[in-house]
Amino acid sequence: MSEFNLKHIASLARLHFEEKDLKVFESQVAGILKFVDELRKVNVDGVEPTSHPLPLTNVFREDEIKPSLNVEEFQKNSPQVRGRFFEVPKVIEDKS
Amino acid sequence: MNSLADKTASELSELYKKNSCTQKEILDSLTQAIHSKDGKLNAYVKFEQTRPIHRKPPATKARHQNIGGQASADGDLRSPLWGVPIAIKDNICVEGQEASCASKILQNYIAPYNATVIEKLLDAGAVIFGRTNMDEFAFGSSCETSFYGPAKNPWDLARVPGGSSGGSAASVASRTAIAALGSDTGGSIRQPAALCGIVGLKPTYGRVSRYGLIAFASSLDQIGPMTRDVRDSALLLNVIAGYDPKDSTSADVPVPDYTSFLGQSIKGMKIGMPKEYFKEGLSKEVGEAIKSAVKKLEGLGAVVSEVSLPHTEHAVNVYYIVAPSEASSNLARFDGVRFGYRNKSAQTLKEMYEKSRGDGFGAEAKRRIILGTFALSSGYYDAYYLKAMKVRTKIKSDFDEAFKKVDVLLTPTAPSPAFKIGEKTEDPLQMYLSDIYTISANLAGVPAISIPCGFSKNNLPIGLQFLAKPFDEGTLFKVSHAFEQATEFHKQKPEEPSS
Repeated sequence: MSEFNLKHIASLARLHFEEKDLKVFESQVAGILKFVDELRKVNVDGVEPTSHPLPLTNVFREDEIKPSLNVEEFQKNSPQVRGRFFEVPKVIEDKS
Repeated sequence: MNSLADKTASELSELYKKNSCTQKEILDSLTQAIHSKDGKLNAYVKFEQTRPIHRKPPATKARHQNIGGQASADGDLRSPLWGVPIAIKDNICVEGQEASCASKILQNYIAPYNATVIEKLLDAGAVIFGRTNMDEFAFGSSCETSFYGPAKNPWDLARVPGGSSGGSAASVASRTAIAALGSDTGGSIRQPAALCGIVGLKPTYGRVSRYGLIAFASSLDQIGPMTRDVRDSALLLNVIAGYDPKDSTSADVPVPDYTSFLGQSIKGMKIGMPKEYFKEGLSKEVGEAIKSAVKKLEGLGAVVSEVSLPHTEHAVNVYYIVAPSEASSNLARFDGVRFGYRNKSAQTLKEMYEKSRGDGFGAEAKRRIILGTFALSSGYYDAYYLKAMKVRTKIKSDFDEAFKKVDVLLTPTAPSPAFKIGEKTEDPLQMYLSDIYTISANLAGVPAISIPCGFSKNNLPIGLQFLAKPFDEGTLFKVSHAFEQATEFHKQKPEEPSS
């Protein structure tokens, strides 16, 4: 798979790799892709895709208000919070 | 030594009815077994910090009948699982307990609610007892990708217990658990069951609610029982099966009493052996064990014939596109924002995502995220994901065709008995191929069970697999129980771990 570029895919997946690990991951994943490429040989003309084993469509429920987890309870698992919010590094640059 | 920890769930239930033992005695017996064996097996995760959870048994008969039990002649309204400790795989949420998926990224994550299967077990009076080791996020076939280090096979501590539900299998086999729940996405219940010599059932997709199971591949995952015999498997499925409004992919199909299928004759039952499962790659010992199992089944009156599932050879290829694609999407939620591990040194939001995920996920999780992201990425979606979904249709049709001719399919569960720890860790593809016989059931959504059918010359367990039509777990129990009752394999147990 010459088109496979680990750095590009890792960026899409928001996944950091150490520079020293790139080579070995790239060759492992390329090997797996070569293996799954065997599927190219299978003729699937006119075959519908199966995304799911059950024939389920549009599972609806009544629009009712029900109790759910409270914020404080949930935030116990959060790495960084401020008030009722999750706190993350600044997204918007300061104007200077 | 024959302690309470050696008993099956149904045996414990009998003892309770006769008032011959107490719940405390059982829990003490198990705790003692864990203290003496688990240092070597590593089947449990943070056992000391995990408190048993139990609810009072339901008070009314009506309530009782809702939870899969029948009132006994003496009017005992307790469910057959009342007071029975069940070990839980570390990817199933139990309120107030850590659910880490054996991953660094979910270290110290305390589940804020119970999975539906846990609610059902608690309603049935079962005791939630300990969390079992697994491959990280269920990515693996050997339990070696666990953040907590590998679980070991109780039959040979130098070998893997299988995976990803390796801790569940090792604990049940080693008599440090009475029974356990596992999850199965491509064989993660059945393959470790085979490698540890126990019974493992992957129910039909939709049979058991996935609510509270931390998702790996949502169109493939199912929770199922891992037990020492077929009766316990039926007892557990009785309790955990059924429609759940909280899981929109659970099926609204009635749940029969699965124990009613036990003890039935299999005279005239049509068993198909798919010829594609008996080609190169199958070890001689497993092949021979299957051959003698077939003779045994024929002796019991079953009619065994050869059938074909022509697209079998593509199942692993399809799986390693579909499963990582779904996994890469499911694992996007682990980003260091709302829960789980965060890299605190990152300066920007993107860097925080990347470093939290880079630090938090192990190597196999990273490989699968990359594979899945690639297969779903712009320009490659049609060639990989869409193509795989179309071949999946063909694999599913193979089963539909086969089940027009036979009642049940018989295959090996795994190509070989347990392999050595470290044997396949350097080569992900070799590891993937250890699920070659189990993956198709997940792609097609059909139920499948692995039961013990022999031992290798090194005294390692060998398993056989039965597969049935969707929602026909009853037939699996019928044929498995008939075979089990005619053999002694399920009664073998490993010696105390010594090395």
